Formats: sequence, C-alpha cells, structure tokens
Amino acid sequence: MLLSVTGEIFELKAELNNEKKEKRKEAVKKVIAAMTVGKDVSSLFPDVVNCMQTDNLELKKLVYLYLMNYAKSQPDMAIMAVNSFVKDCEDPNPLIRALAVRTMGCIRVDKITEYLCEPLRKCLKDEDPYVRKTAAVCVAKLHDINAQMVEDQGFLDSLRDLIADSNPMVVANAVAALSEISESHPNSNLLDLNPQNINKLLTALNECTEWGQIFILDCLSNYNPKDEREAQSICERVTPRLSHANSAVVLSAVKVLMKFLELLPKDSDYYNTLLKKLSPPLVTLLSGEPEVQYVALRNINLIVQKRPEILKQEIKVFFVKYNDPIYVKLEKLDIMIRLASHANIAQVLAELKEYATEVDVDFVRKAVRAIGRCAIKVEQSAERCVSTLLDLIQTKVNYVVQEAIVVIRDIFRKYPNKYESIIATLCENLDSLDEPDARAAMIWIVGEYAERIDNADELLESFLEGFHDESTQVQLTLLTAIVKLFLKKPSETQELVQQVLSLATQDSDNPDLRDRGYIYWRLLSTDPVTAKEVVLSEKPLISEETDLIEPTLLDELICHIGSLASVYHKPPNAFVEGSHGIHHNCILMLIVYNTGHYCPSGDLLGDLLNLDLGPPVNVPQGSSMQIGAVDLLGGGLDSLLGGDLGGGVGGSPAVGQNFIPSSVPNTFAPSPTPAALSSGLNDLFELSSGMSIATGGYVASKTVSITGHYVHMFYCLYFFCCVFSFGVIPTTPLAMHTPLMPSQSIDISLPLNTIGPVMKMDPLNNLQVAVKNNIDVFYFSTLIPLSVFFVEDGKMERQVFLATWKDIPNENELQYQIKDCHLNADTVSGKLQNNNIYTIAKRNVEGQDMLYQSLKLTNGIWILAELRIQPGNPNYTLSLKCRAPEVSQYVYQMYDAILKN
Amino acid sequence: MSASAVFVLDLKGKVLICRNYKGDVDMSEIDHFFSLLMLQEEEGLVCPVMSHGNALNVTLRNERASPVPCVQVFTEYFKELEEESIQDNFVVVYELLDELMDFGFPQTTDSKILQEYITQKGNKLEVAKTKVPTTVTNAVSWRSEGIKYKKNEVFIDVIESINVLVNANGSVMSSDIVGSIKLKTMLSGMPELRLGLNDRMLFALTGRDKGKSVAMEDVKFHQCVRLSRFESDRTISFIPPDGESELMSYRINTHVKPLIWIESVIEKFSHSRVEIMVKAKGQFKKQSVANNVEIHVPVPSDADSPKFKTSTGHAKYVPEKNLVVWSIKSFPGGKELLMRAHFGLPSVENHELEGRPPITVRFEIPYFTVSGIQVRYMKIIEKSGYQALPWVRYITQSGDYQLRTNS
Repeated sequence: MLLSVTGEIFELKAELNNEKKEKRKEAVKKVIAAMTVGKDVSSLFPDVVNCMQTDNLELKKLVYLYLMNYAKSQPDMAIMAVNSFVKDCEDPNPLIRALAVRTMGCIRVDKITEYLCEPLRKCLKDEDPYVRKTAAVCVAKLHDINAQMVEDQGFLDSLRDLIADSNPMVVANAVAALSEISESHPNSNLLDLNPQNINKLLTALNECTEWGQIFILDCLSNYNPKDEREAQSICERVTPRLSHANSAVVLSAVKVLMKFLELLPKDSDYYNTLLKKLSPPLVTLLSGEPEVQYVALRNINLIVQKRPEILKQEIKVFFVKYNDPIYVKLEKLDIMIRLASHANIAQVLAELKEYATEVDVDFVRKAVRAIGRCAIKVEQSAERCVSTLLDLIQTKVNYVVQEAIVVIRDIFRKYPNKYESIIATLCENLDSLDEPDARAAMIWIVGEYAERIDNADELLESFLEGFHDESTQVQLTLLTAIVKLFLKKPSETQELVQQVLSLATQDSDNPDLRDRGYIYWRLLSTDPVTAKEVVLSEKPLISEETDLIEPTLLDELICHIGSLASVYHKPPNAFVEGSHGIHHNCILMLIVYNTGHYCPSGDLLGDLLNLDLGPPVNVPQGSSMQIGAVDLLGGGLDSLLGGDLGGGVGGSPAVGQNFIPSSVPNTFAPSPTPAALSSGLNDLFELSSGMSIATGGYVASKTVSITGHYVHMFYCLYFFCCVFSFGVIPTTPLAMHTPLMPSQSIDISLPLNTIGPVMKMDPLNNLQVAVKNNIDVFYFSTLIPLSVFFVEDGKMERQVFLATWKDIPNENELQYQIKDCHLNADTVSGKLQNNNIYTIAKRNVEGQDMLYQSLKLTNGIWILAELRIQPGNPNYTLSLKCRAPEVSQYVYQMYDAILKN
Repeated sequence: MSASAVFVLDLKGKVLICRNYKGDVDMSEIDHFFSLLMLQEEEGLVCPVMSHGNALNVTLRNERASPVPCVQVFTEYFKELEEESIQDNFVVVYELLDELMDFGFPQTTDSKILQEYITQKGNKLEVAKTKVPTTVTNAVSWRSEGIKYKKNEVFIDVIESINVLVNANGSVMSSDIVGSIKLKTMLSGMPELRLGLNDRMLFALTGRDKGKSVAMEDVKFHQCVRLSRFESDRTISFIPPDGESELMSYRINTHVKPLIWIESVIEKFSHSRVEIMVKAKGQFKKQSVANNVEIHVPVPSDADSPKFKTSTGHAKYVPEKNLVVWSIKSFPGGKELLMRAHFGLPSVENHELEGRPPITVRFEIPYFTVSGIQVRYMKIIEKSGYQALPWVRYITQSGDYQLRTNS
C-alpha cells in the first residue's frame, strides 16, 4: 500500500512538471482527487505551487484549494505562494482578484499574513464590488489569525467605511465581518451603531440578497434604540421582511421585532399591531419541511414563553399530525401545553387523549404527562383531566398507567383533598408498576393518604420484600411513606416501621438512605410529637409552570432567535468553544446575618454582622473552579446574578468568600416528598447564619435560616460545619424535612461544640460549612466572631496574671489602638465582661486608667490585656500578650467591635 | 450566523467531500457525528440538529429541506444528487462550495446565477470570457441582463393545497389553504412586472368593494418582490427571475368545507375479520371535477384475503403499507361514492400494538381555487416596449388531508 502510494506520488510529480499545460492540469486534478479521499499528497507541495502561475482559472482554483489544505503543515513552503497571491490580486480579471483574496485569508499561516496586508488593502478599495465583498470577509479571516495586526493595519476602519459602500452586498458582508470580529471583542463598539449607520443598514436591507439581509438584521438586533420612537421606526422598516420566502430572513426579522417590542409602550396601538403581525409568519413556518418545522417550533417555544399572547389564538396549528416525525410531535406537544388555557382546554384535552392512545412510547408518555400539566395549569380542567387519566389507566397499557400515576401524584399535590377518591383505582395497578418513578409515586400516594387506605400497611409491606433491589429513589420514598404510615396508625405498624428503619440503617450501604433512616429513628424515639410535626407537616402547593426557561436566559435566547442557540435553548457560549469551559456564572447567595439576641453580646454580634447583610458571594466568572457545581445546577444561571448582586461583592470579613467546588458526586435522590417536575434550572437558595454563645460557655449554637429562591422545592438534608482551629463541630447532624418553597425561609438551630479535630485555619475564626441538599453539596465558609470562643472561666488570679505577664516574652506583646471610643473605664469593664473578658485589676497612673484583663479561649489559650484609657482622649491603647500571638489580631478586633457597639 | 464547515457524507458516514471554512473545528469530529446519528436512529430519536463536543451538525436527511440550499444547487448542477455525481464532479463541487459560502457566510445561492460563471465545462471556455456577472453583486441578483426571447410570454400557475385534519367524530380540527403562485417567465430584457390579485386588504386600501375578495393570512414572496412596497400599498411589483420560480405563497386560515368528505366505518372482529365501509362525498360545485382521486384507508398489518366492492373506481390492497387504495379517475362535484372492503384476520392475536393511522385523501381539481383567489391582471413593462402575454391557470389540490378513524 505504502509502495503504491509512493509510486503514485512519484508519477504525479512527473506529470506536474510536464511541459504541456493540459497534462499539468490533469495532474493537479488527480492530486486534488487523492486529497479528497484522504491520501497525504503534501509532499508534492513545491510541484503544485509551481503550477500556480497560470492564466487558467480552473487550474488556479485547484492549486489554491491544495494550498488551503496543506499550507498549515508546510508553512515554510507556503511563503513560496505569496508572490503569486500578490500578483493575482492585481489581475485584470475580478474573479481572479477575488479568488486570490479569498484564498489568502484561508491560509492560516501566521508568517505569511503580513505579506498579504498590502494586497488586501488594495482589494478593499477595488473598483469591482465582487472583489470588495470578498475582501471584507477576508478581514474577518485575517482577524481570526492575527487580531493585533488587523487592528494595527487599520483594516477595521476600512471595514467601517465599507458600511457606506454603494453596493448592498458589500455593505452586508462588511456588517457580517464586523459582527464576527466584535464577537471576540464583546465590549468594543466596533460596529459603531449610530442612527446614521442604522439608516444606511436599513436602506441596504431592501436591496441586498437574502443572506445579506440576515447579516443586517442580526446586526440590527444588537442595536439599542435611544427611545421608543426610534425603535418603532426601525420596526416599521423591518416588518416587511416577515414576508420573505427565506425562513431564515423571517426568523431574523422576528428576532429584531421581539427585541424591540420590549421598548415599545404596551398600551400603544403600534405594539398591538406588531404583535398581530408576528403570528402569521410564525404559523407559516410550520408548513415547511419537517426539519424547518423543528427549527421553527424550537424558536416558537421561546417566543411563546416570552409573549404567549402572540400565538394564543393559534393553538390548532400545533395539533399533531399522524405523519409528523417524532421530534416535531414532541415539540408541538410542548407548545400546546404552554398555550393551553381555559378557552381552549376542551380541545387540547381531546387531542391529548387521542395522542395517548398512539403507539410511539415517547410520544404517548409525553402526552400523558401533558394531561397532568394541563390539570395543574388550568384549574377548571383538573376534574376532566383526572377522569381522562383514569380512562387511560383503564387501558392497562403498562407505560401509560405508570406515566399517569406519576402525574396524578402531582395533581394530588396541587389540589389536595379533592381527587383522593380515585386512590382505590390506582391501587389496583400496584403490581404492574416496574419503573422507579411510578413506584415511587405510588408509594408516596399510599404513604401520604395512609389513613384513607385500609390496607396501606399491606401495600407498603409488599414493597419491603425486595427493598435492597429497589432504586434509591424508591427506597427513600418507601422509608418516608412507612414513617408517615406509622405516625398515622402507630398501633398496627410498629413492626413495619422497625423493619424499614433497620433495612435502611443497618443493612444498607447507601449513606443517604442510612442518614435519613437514622434521622427518622432518632426523631421517632425522642419526640413523636415533633416527629409528627416534621414528617406530616403541611406541604406547600406545587407551582404551575415548572419547566419554564429562566427569564434572563430566555431574554438571551430571544436575542439568538434563528440561530442554533435558539434550537438548543442554550446560550451560544455553552456549546461553542467548549474548550473554554462553561461561561455560566454559578451563583449561590450566602448571606450571613444575625438571628439571635440570646447572648449577652447579642447586640454586638448583630451590629458586627449586620454590616455584611447583603453582600452575597460572587464566584468569579469563567473560573474552572466551580464547574462541578455549575453543571449540577443545570446551567443557564448566568444572569441570575444580575441585579441581586448590586449591593456589592468584596464586603467585609464576616462574609463567606471562599467557595469551594464540590467534588462530592450528587448521589441524592429527590426528596421523600417527591419534588414535582424538576428541571434543575434555577435552584437557588439563600442561607443565613448567626452565631451565639449558649449558657454552657463553650457550647455554641449556630442558627441557620434558609430561604428558597427558586421555583422548585429545595430540601436540605443536612448541614455540617467545622472551625478547625477550635475544633468546632456540630453535636448532631441537622436535617430539614420540609421542602423549602420559593422565598420561604426556615430557621434552624444547630448546636455546636468544640470537641472536634483541631487544625489551624487562616483566618483562625474561619468556619467551614457544608450544606447538602437534593441538588448537591455546597461548601462555603464564613467567619465566626471570636468572642464565641471566650470561655466563662477566663478570669485569672491576680498573681497568676502578673506571673504570666512576666513569663510571656516581650516579643509576644502586641499593641493596638482603639480609636474614637468615648466610654469610661467602668462601662468598658462591664461591656467586656459581658463577653467573658474579665478585668482583674484597675489602676490609675498619672490620670490614665489602666485596666488589666484576661480571657481564655475554648482551646485553653490565655490572653492577657492591658488597656490604657486617657480621659479626654478617645483613643485607647491595647497591649495584648499571649503565648500564641497570632490570636491577638482577632482579639483586638473583638475588643474594637465590643467597645464600638 | 456562520458555518464552520460543510460535509457531504455517503450512506456509511464516509466523507465524500468537505470544505472547512473557518478552521475552528477539528475535521475529525465528523466521525463522532455519524456514530451519534446511528445511535440516535436506533433509539428512534433522530432530531435534525445535534452536537458532539464542540462541533455542531445540522443533518440534512431530506434533500429538499436544508438551511443552506447547497443541496438544491447541487441538484440543479448534476440533475440528480448521488454519490457518483459528487465523486465525478468534485472539482465543480469545490468551486461551488467556494462561491456558496465564504468564511461560513452564505454568499450567492442562486444556481442560475452561479451557472453563469461556474460551468461544468470550465476548461472549454476561453479564459478572457469568464467575468463576474454583475448580477452577483447587483441589487437584482436573481436576473441577468441580456436575456432574449422571440415570443414574450409569462405563465402563471395558481395552485392551492388544502390541509385538513378531521377528528374521528367528524369535527374539523384544523383546516387551512396554502396557496402558491408560480411563474414561468419567458421575457426579454429587464421587464417590470406588476401582479394584481383580488386581495381584500388591497381592496380595502383602494376603496373598491365590488367582486369577491380574498383575505390572505400570511404572504411570502420571492426575493425579487419589493417587500416595502407591498407593505405600504399592497402592490406586488418585481423584476422576475428568468424561467421557473415561485413568486409567492400565501396561507389562508378561513374554515373551508372539506372538498371531499369521507365517512368511514371500520369494524374489527377480533380473530376473524375486518369490515370497512367508506363513503366519499364531493362537496364542491357540480360543474367541477376532481381528478386522480386516491383515498387511502388503513388496515391492520395482519389482515389477509381482501375483497372489495366499489360504486366507482377500483380498490387495491397495498400490503407493504397496510393500506387500501381506492382510486377514482374523475369524481364530479356533488356525487356520493361508496366502497366496501372485507379482510380476514388470523386467529392468533397480534401482540404488537398498532397505531391508528388516519385516512388520507389525494385529489386535484383544475380550473378552480377554493379560496376564490383570482389574478386580475399582470402588467408587463419593458423599455423596448414589446407586448407580452400572461397566461393563467388555476388548480386546487389536496395537501395534508387527514381524517382520523375510530378503530
């Protein structure tokens, strides 16, 4: 094989150097043919380049094609071609000039680009528009290879000049090139969009080719009109494009209009006229080929979420046809549900029922799910939906039944105490359920309504037999369901609950299951009343629309209508240039503030911590650190940061600023109270914590409040925190069983003690916290006011104090200034004593008050202090002596804080 | 809005030809793409757009539907687009790919114009002759100058397709008309054309109200039509492309009575037989006749021994599609026709669940438009001042015409 290739190459080489033009041309053709099928013919480079000097256009094209392919692998030899390019750029034939300038840009060899600047400059001013439009694109190509050079050579200005070109095609290509270039300079206003330029573009829009129109429309969509009048006048000139036969032009026009609609006053006539104009072209897109339909549907899906009023009358066009490809069917279904309303629900339901009896499993499942979603969305239809679902369950088609049970569970959540009469019918189908989702749903229903189901214990017991073969989701649900059953019917089910608890704790190696098992066990054994409150607490209603795209992402996607981003429903940077990592910002808002006043220094803590109320943690954009967490959150969180951040990053020391990415795999199944329809998008929660000293001295208790900020339920499984320097660990794990609803806030106290492992942290009072929930494990750190660690028996004997003071070497003594304090010595003593800083002696030396004080940390470190107060001088001098001088800094901060309070 | 590369693959996923426009994707990504496609196909979840790593691919499974009309251009160049034609003409294909897009920006995609300067027999042309047609960059990018005909004529075809979806209980779920006006232009020079329709909006604008008018829901025009002019005063004015082209298409949402109404009774007696009765009624004017009517009635896949009885036309069993096709050469308006079919069923139950395909109908009715749209005039003005004749033809045909069945 190798031999034959070598032989072939040898032959080709000879032919390429043949005297006859025709022969040479045939040879080049053969070379290209070999290249096309993937043979390596790069060794012929010099011979092929020799053929470049020809006046035969076809031969020249072939040689150029060869050059584009191999120049990168043979950069040195590519230089040989430069001369020909320069020459060709001055050829009398515009086709050749354009060809040369087009090929030049495709040769991605850094070395030769500088030789190409002059020819390119000439071509940008060529008399033939065909050459100019090609040269415009070439600038973008060159910019891709060497951006700096393009800027230095002033090509960007030349491009901007071309926007005013007389030829619309040149204008369009210049716009395309500038838009492309500005993508790599997101902030520069390369296009310099001002009303004059916009006017030029709008004029060119009427004259250039369909593709040119798209470049211009895309560019217009990036313009921000200064007022509504300008927006309206642009819209008026863009609207005719909706009648273009090219669907890409239509979509680009829709994009511009959708974007500018934002700027128009909602009650104006024009706004409503425009809305009416948008609907027909969108509907027409659906009479295209299935592939075009699919793209149209994905875009319509976005539009419907943003402005449902545009298509609210058109639901019929989304009815599924028998011969639609499955991807079209699924998309149509999705849009149908979004458009479902009280007005059309009867028709929609009839359709959905029809679909549910089809044969395509994916489609049928989605149709059944859709019925459930209609029930949740349109309250008036709930009853009809439920009876439709019951009819479907009667068909006994396995996957239909299972899907129906899953959605019925959600209906129960939405309309409690309304449709429970159907439970008996559901129970009949218990045996046919083989999918975890459906089993979990059924178990949840049985557990939730245990008091109405006579044989609930038998039903649940039947699941217990194969407990260890079930998926985690089913196991967790079963555990919770049996605990619920026990709390409702304690007398008959004691044995059952013990069985499940032991299965979950002793026989399981799944940590989540075990933890939950232990939590229940402890709850039940310590306080059954509380257990009842926790486990049987009232559940919040589930929200209607669960799979909406998060609004800021939606706005971004609207700006990408007609591009792949709108088909994927992902911002472009999430799938282009994947190597750069995910550009989403992950946001987790962690706010630390005071929640308690139950310690003597409560007020102080309040102030200290209140300073920091607000600043959330900002995770730097693009850092690879948080990708793990980002992914689990489902992406698309970008702009959630938005306004919320306003208050300011870079707050003060008490804010947790270290965000450590999670490396712990997310093994958590959804909560036992099943989370309905989770899309994983905007799960966001807010966490606040306060710290206080309990009377026990060194036992601190952490109060945490968690606020949900997302549309789904959030379930905090537990909390763990450590201050390694002082060995702080929680005495019991903290568990939260009630799912958290958006903007709901729950306060939880977590007792801590200091018996944990000791490790020095920087800063010393750094508290590391891990929160584990149904989404992931989140880590953050915060600073604890050191006074939490000042123990009550911190009062030293006078003699001991003196001896220790002398004993500690002088280099350990540190001096600090406490400024602007207007207290007298006694108040100071009192304040400090409240925080376990004890005054041992007070002396008056030369009119100055000297206070000698001591305090002790939980880890046994003593700190001695001398506080000098001069009457009339608001600045106090604090000298601290300690065997571990690194603590002094923090003690000083506490002094400062306490006294300033 | 730009493409990084274009690949043409054969059925096995081997690259026949490719053109890398931007050099920002690894050309070997395409190998992953095909295996991904196979995988999706096995799972039955083929979707026209998919991604692998950072490469994105738009699959064009259907030759006619493509976001970038390469396929259409190729087809016009090679008559039929198949593996051989690409392999044999790789030089032209490269040239075309080069002109179609530059750096991933689509440029000129009109095959008629491309043919003027990229020829399949480039070597036979004298070099000096190859000039850039001004059309490429002109405002009129779809028509070349210097076209000559002995006899100047325009043929206008008005074709309306009816899409109907009827529920099993006989209620019309959705129905619309998609119309299309096609031109075959044989005119010399650079003629200015103006087309007049009985457009309701136009009538309202000009204040005339005599005669029947049609309200078009949405209109789409060929790029030759001046859209802003239409937007302002509903005038359809244009310089037409030479030869055949689709000038415009429109959609009408008004409810129309389904032209051919089908009533069907399909009775399935498990383990023994299926009995089908289909009644077709022509719900259009008595003077009109529907031609080449085909009524497709689904039957179970395990049906056998067909027996038919028809009042007109003849019925045929197409086992590979599980259909009975009842064809009627000509179906006059107002008539009611009947077909009965009888099939045997095996005694062993078919366990595979079957879908319920709808009854579909195909037909065409000449000299008639459902919407009542009419070409009122076609004005042709050319500076040489020749007289040109416009010819108009109307036809109504079935589009997506489905009637769901009960069984």
